[in-house]
Amino acid sequence: MFSDTDLQRLLFGRLTLADIPYHEPILQVTFAGVAVGGIAVLAAITYFRFWGPLWRDWLTSVDHKKIGIMYVVLALVMLLRGFADALLMRSQQAVAFGANEGFLPPHHYDQIFTAHGVIMIFFVAMPFVTGLMNYVVPLQIGARDVAFPFLNNFSFWMTVSGAVTIMISLFVGEFSRATWLGYPPLSGADMSPGVGVDYWIWGLQIAGVGTTLSGINLIATIVKMRAPGMSMMKMPIFTWSSLCTNVLIVAAFPILGAVLVLLTLDRYVGTHFFTNDLGGNPMMYFNLIWIWGHPEVYILILPAFGVFSEIISTFSGKRLFGYTSMVYALVVITILSYLVWLHHFFTMGSGASVNSFFGITTMIISIPTGAKLFNWLFTMYRGRIRFEVPMLWAVSFMVTFTIGGMTGVLLAVPPADFVLHNSLFLIAHFHNVIIGGVLFGMFAGVNYWWPKAFGFKLDAFWGKVSFWFWTVGFYVAFMPLYVLGLMGVTRRSQHFDDTSLQPWFLVAAAGAGLIALGIGAMIMQFAVSIRNREALRDVTGDPWGGRTLEWSTSSPPPDYNFAYTPVVHQLDAWWQMKARNFKRPVTGFQSIHMPKNTATGVILGVISIAFSFAMVWYIWWLAALSFAATLVISIAHTFNYNRDYYIPAETVVRTEGQRTDALAVAGRA
Amino acid sequence: MATHATDALHRDPVAEADELSFQDMGHEHHPEGSTMLGFWLYLMSDCLIFTVLFATYAVLGRNYAAGPSPKDLFDLNLVALNTAMLLFSSITYGFAMLAMEREDQSKTQLWLAVTGLFGAAFLGIELYEFAHLFHEGATPQRSAFLSSFFTLVGTHGLHVTFGLIWLVVLMLQVQQRGLIVENKRRLMCLSMFWHFLDVIWIGVFTFVYLMGVLQ
Amino acid sequence: MTPSAKQTPRTPASAARRALRGLLLLPLLPLLAGCNLTVMFPSGDVAMQQRNLVLASTGLMLLIIVPVIALTLLFAWRYRATNTEARHDPDWDHSTGLEVVIWTAPLLIIIALGALTWISTHTLDPFRPLSRLEPGKPIPAQTKPLEVQVVALDWKWLFFYPEYGVASVNEMATPVNRPVTFRLTSASVMNAFYIPALAGMIYAMPGMETKLHAVANKPGEFEGLASHYSGSGFSRMTFKVHSFDGDGFDKWIAKVKSEGKELSRDAYLELERPSEREPVTYYASYGDGLFKSILGMCAVPGKMCMHEMMSIDAKGGAGKDSRENVERLQYDNRHTERGDEAPGATGPASNHAPRSDKPANSQDHGPHGKGGNSPAPNQLNN
Repeated sequence: MFSDTDLQRLLFGRLTLADIPYHEPILQVTFAGVAVGGIAVLAAITYFRFWGPLWRDWLTSVDHKKIGIMYVVLALVMLLRGFADALLMRSQQAVAFGANEGFLPPHHYDQIFTAHGVIMIFFVAMPFVTGLMNYVVPLQIGARDVAFPFLNNFSFWMTVSGAVTIMISLFVGEFSRATWLGYPPLSGADMSPGVGVDYWIWGLQIAGVGTTLSGINLIATIVKMRAPGMSMMKMPIFTWSSLCTNVLIVAAFPILGAVLVLLTLDRYVGTHFFTNDLGGNPMMYFNLIWIWGHPEVYILILPAFGVFSEIISTFSGKRLFGYTSMVYALVVITILSYLVWLHHFFTMGSGASVNSFFGITTMIISIPTGAKLFNWLFTMYRGRIRFEVPMLWAVSFMVTFTIGGMTGVLLAVPPADFVLHNSLFLIAHFHNVIIGGVLFGMFAGVNYWWPKAFGFKLDAFWGKVSFWFWTVGFYVAFMPLYVLGLMGVTRRSQHFDDTSLQPWFLVAAAGAGLIALGIGAMIMQFAVSIRNREALRDVTGDPWGGRTLEWSTSSPPPDYNFAYTPVVHQLDAWWQMKARNFKRPVTGFQSIHMPKNTATGVILGVISIAFSFAMVWYIWWLAALSFAATLVISIAHTFNYNRDYYIPAETVVRTEGQRTDALAVAGRA
Repeated sequence: MATHATDALHRDPVAEADELSFQDMGHEHHPEGSTMLGFWLYLMSDCLIFTVLFATYAVLGRNYAAGPSPKDLFDLNLVALNTAMLLFSSITYGFAMLAMEREDQSKTQLWLAVTGLFGAAFLGIELYEFAHLFHEGATPQRSAFLSSFFTLVGTHGLHVTFGLIWLVVLMLQVQQRGLIVENKRRLMCLSMFWHFLDVIWIGVFTFVYLMGVLQ
Repeated sequence: MTPSAKQTPRTPASAARRALRGLLLLPLLPLLAGCNLTVMFPSGDVAMQQRNLVLASTGLMLLIIVPVIALTLLFAWRYRATNTEARHDPDWDHSTGLEVVIWTAPLLIIIALGALTWISTHTLDPFRPLSRLEPGKPIPAQTKPLEVQVVALDWKWLFFYPEYGVASVNEMATPVNRPVTFRLTSASVMNAFYIPALAGMIYAMPGMETKLHAVANKPGEFEGLASHYSGSGFSRMTFKVHSFDGDGFDKWIAKVKSEGKELSRDAYLELERPSEREPVTYYASYGDGLFKSILGMCAVPGKMCMHEMMSIDAKGGAGKDSRENVERLQYDNRHTERGDEAPGATGPASNHAPRSDKPANSQDHGPHGKGGNSPAPNQLNN
């Protein structure tokens, strides 16, 4: 240690050795696990001499497919962290009754539930959704990449920086205890001193920048880069849902950014936006954060709706029922999602007319949502439904989500909300829609598009095992919470006096255990599939009998996606091409104009981590330095005008030739 | 490869797919204007940030915390001068764009430089105003009104600062490479940005200063 | 393109039967009743109306939810790929009639539910005084509601009974069938006040007053809790509500008066400091205007009250020479000023070692504990 505390303060801000929780057993085990895992990964990369390809083909890649896959990998890794938090919470609540204090003191427990919410929403659901959209949208609209490929790479690295910032809080200092939305005045400087809330602020702020930019990027892509002939009403429904989602992102995330800036100023500068002092108004924060927060819910669920629409249509072997009304439903949901935010705090006492206005607008959203459910139903009607793994998720979603939707509308009735708000009923409700809707959708999407991304299907056996554990585990874990909510049990409780509640929490904990098995089976599914990839190989590029353009190219698609730009005549473009006996052209290939990879995104990402860490710990010199570096590097990047290159015609000919050969072998050429 | 070539002789992909063509065999698509659209979307997202700040000011703008109010603090003459600087800078940016359309590089650079000077003058006056307010004890920590005032006006000022940095960078790039397509596109984006800041400022001037003093 | 087959499908006849089958789930409710489902079986009229609303809305929604779930499972089974008997119609993707049905069916339910919402939100508005004690039992003309002033403290509840001049901590009482008017505020962060057996929750917020009206129809002892996370002691911020019939309430008041101490302003400021598992405490009397000054965030002598600040602001502020008001309006910093740990403190500002409830310094004498490892600095920002 430095004897000179001033020098230490200058160099390390408020960081001292005492802030590293090396004496906390849970953290020791976690750290050991992370260290062993990390070393194993690094060793494997070194052993397989993967550093070069990793850097060249992945980290610096501007290819939307690579970036999409990296987003999903981030989401899966963070899912493990977020789920570990969930297990800790479930275990604590299963034992902490009466005289038993459990194994987590409030000080630690509060950080865990905050981290669980933040990670699951911002670093699991969001990257999952963004990754899937990134991967699929350009392929579905017949484009070669997104509108701004470098921006895409940068957005991804900003999201990673946010995630890393949050993860650092696990081992250096502590995380926020002020809940996932950080309500002031609790999250203010006086009520929550320390680094916790600051970690939360900077992690979200940085990831939010990435999300906003990626939203802008995908809107421009969808609006400007559709294949010739693909009018708006011939866009695949997943692309439509992505468009709506990204409109929501661009219209909502700046609000989050601005609110976080105001809270940052309160904490760092001493302003009075949300304090109790000197005219501040904490209620304003509730409004602003939920003006972002409610659209966020639809940002997550709309892509899942899109995935299910594609899957149900494909596996029913049937055109999507009521495409037009599906599109209108999406648009109506998009608009309405801005008119309902107040239903998150009916209990603040806004008055009956305001409350009923927001309650009724909330219910109105269930009309288009209900219409969508019926459309899926009638897509299945008179179909030939193949129960492959993605379709299993879809059916489970339709049942589970309907229940979650019902409890959601129930919570939209203000007087009903007065008895159920902040209770475990609410927890059960939103897990019901987020797990049963968003996560099931993303898992379905991964199973559905995996063969497109890697050229082989996922193992169906382990997929089904995972599916059943997740579905059953979900019901076992969350149905008890509905019941507990009806007993008036509140959320975020670290301990209960009433021992008669314990059986319900034990059941819920068992459910979490089942979900853990589901996650294990999913990892097993990936491992087994990669090992048996030759047996699971699909050379056609169209393993499910797909309907949209992504299935018309090879699996995995070449860097340029399509050798020729497709021309679209109807909604199910690829289906029509197959129906018309379309023959793939095998000559006349030309060189293709593509963007070059760049390291600027990764570098800016790393610097952003340094910046947020410096801001959290008040290491002002590092903050200033890293901010200046960000500026200089961004400016330097604009001096590089040589950003694209041509894939030579020979390469295209060779690549397409290999596909022709493969198709011939498969007997389809 | 030879085998594919012979295979291909038998098939004319366009002809076999009935009357419908499923592939664009011609030249590549280069979708135009996605940068402009993208930048426009960015501006709209930025506009939302200002919306939040305006809304915050609307809610907190009268919470003086038993302290000074706009009437005590704002000097409309100074603000009018400031507004003039920014409006002039928008006009001169327009001249720069006209010169760019005529491919007149030196005139473009000249008008950009004038724009930069006006922008710098705006910032100078704003900083002077802030320093004066601080001197009078009207700091952002004093009251919720002042917190929201400084944040709204300061965020606009930060935008102008970044606009100026960007302007200088672009002038360098135009000097280096001339009025090539990329640089023209960048100048167009900055143009939108600059006029956008002008529009925001008119909102600030009206809602914060005029209505603050004249209420 | 191939023209899509225009056939209106017959609505599956079994749908209605399946809807009925959903009702079979209802007998499960009594099973759950065994485990005190307070929200479903409350003891006060307001909570009872809210319960009825929950049931009515659920019932309305089941009209559509049950058919949807039933049809999902039915279609999934009937049109499975192996069932070659079932009709396959791959191009059938539109039916105007069906579209009308699938948009209007939810619409009708939402219209019904919306009407229910509008009416019930107004009748059950927490700010609205009660109009009855129970169905068909109006409030007797001479009955004055019992006023209870509630303060959410870190982490206990303080109740004032202005009519009786007494106060209590973590225990409140009410006579059966006498309306209660709660006036709530918080002295620290935001919180929510919830007695599931009597009425829905409402936020308690510093510097602001919310209201809640309720009535207990049965004698008994109910749970009360904080239902908005407020920091370390949140889980233990519970209280007991006694609903007395006969002269039970008067006896309780008498007990408070005889056993209670005085809650002076100084005693209140001591009470206000963060503590957990605070035992039930009675106060036979309390300082004049204490609730009003807590509400105005001016319980500490010398502070400016909210209403005073607001009236100055309404007149255009206090001008430039008002620096002395800053100190008088500081409120949130009183934890740190008194050396208490703030409710949401994390390292390095908390007195805990990271992620544990053990003190940061394992040695007894903090500041000079080990080497240069000084205790966590206060995180004052200004």
